[in-house]
Amino acid sequence: MTLLAIILQIAGNFAAIAKMGAGLGAGIAVIGAGIGIGNIGSSALESIARQPEAVGDIRSNMIIAAALVEGVAFFAIVVCLLILFI
Amino acid sequence: MRRHFQAILKLFYRTLLVIPLFLFSPGVNSFASTQEGVSLNPANDSVFSKEKIEKKAEGFNAGDMIMEHVTDNHEWHILEIGHFKLLIPLPVILFYDGQLYTFCSSRFHNEERSYQGFSLPEEGPEKGKIVRLGAIPGGPGVYDFSITKTVLAIFISAFLLLVIFISIARSYSRNRSKAPKGMQSLLEPLILFIRDDIAKSSIGEKKYEKYMPYLLTIFFFIFLNNILGLIPIFPGGANVTGNIAVTMVMAVFTFILTTVSGNKHYWIDIVNTPGVPWWLKLPIPLMPVVEIIGVITKPFVLMVRLFANMAAGHIITLGFISLIFIFGAMNVALGYGVSVGAVAFMIFMNLLELLVAFIQAYVFTLLSALYFGLATIEPEHH
Repeated sequence: MTLLAIILQIAGNFAAIAKMGAGLGAGIAVIGAGIGIGNIGSSALESIARQPEAVGDIRSNMIIAAALVEGVAFFAIVVCLLILFI
Repeated sequence: MRRHFQAILKLFYRTLLVIPLFLFSPGVNSFASTQEGVSLNPANDSVFSKEKIEKKAEGFNAGDMIMEHVTDNHEWHILEIGHFKLLIPLPVILFYDGQLYTFCSSRFHNEERSYQGFSLPEEGPEKGKIVRLGAIPGGPGVYDFSITKTVLAIFISAFLLLVIFISIARSYSRNRSKAPKGMQSLLEPLILFIRDDIAKSSIGEKKYEKYMPYLLTIFFFIFLNNILGLIPIFPGGANVTGNIAVTMVMAVFTFILTTVSGNKHYWIDIVNTPGVPWWLKLPIPLMPVVEIIGVITKPFVLMVRLFANMAAGHIITLGFISLIFIFGAMNVALGYGVSVGAVAFMIFMNLLELLVAFIQAYVFTLLSALYFGLATIEPEHH
């Protein structure tokens, strides 16, 4: 088949491509969340090693920062779910 | 010591007064069930509807099962063994064309799922939403104020909160100078944690007491509902905090409190942010626009964070369970084999969800306290 025929056939199936787009979007968002939370964890561990008596403060701040970063990642999840189901 | 306990007693009684405000969420659920009935339905998409018809013949549809557990419902399904269904039909309260209709949702258990001119279709674009038969678009709409599963779960958790906290308040008033014991000693560390680490450090020593009832209510309401959502059988297992209407109501309360208690310095800091160069404010007011958008997005993010965390947790746990059934439909032995791994992952996810339940309640309360602190900020005197 010619290239045009192939492209026209793909263009008729946009629902499937939208689903793939949703999956890709969720994956990329999770990469960002993973990098962010990894950074938080590594700097928290470093600062605990430098000053072990501040463990309590550092731990609670780390958890707060991790929850906020995860909140941003969940925005992307919500958008991808909207693509899938609306 | 005595005044310490008297102050805590006053805090408790004021906290109890704030709990009934959450009973206003039912009104918002009428909005939520219309949204969820239409939007979260895979049958809207033409690709999905074909797959759905094929899968109905097979017998187990993971997507449908998960959506049914995560969204709201007019009955509470407890058990289903073969053809025996144990469910609680909940009252339906409708307001249509100036008239109030109330009946039990078991009236919809006939062939065409209709009663008194209303119908609750099970598939199609209006699945799960009560519609008026033969209604023309543009006519009066059906306002659904029913006691749905989420509303009943809110009633149950509000009742539990009242029972627990009234008993704690009473034991505080009885043992004024004695050490705390029983339920009091279980929850006192949490309450003092909220007062010291969340309220006092964010709002400041002078003004934190006014906001303590609201912060305590928010924290324990979210925490209790998150925990109850993890219990698989009645009265737990309803997805309350994973319902965007409920979290929207709580975020709106935080927004209203922040706006009402904002003092002059709060509004001046929004329009004329200190420490920002003048050319971001004067010819084109970029910074004020960003700050005003920030006033709206901060509660919005609160809403989405809690909703997405809880809904995603439930969907993941249900997904692991459906893995067992999906593999079991292919081959029974494979189903048994997968069930070992799936149950192990599910236990791990449930433990993680316990942690997330506490963390989300803590983060919601902490951010609300931070916004209150920002609203009542006093400028430093140099």
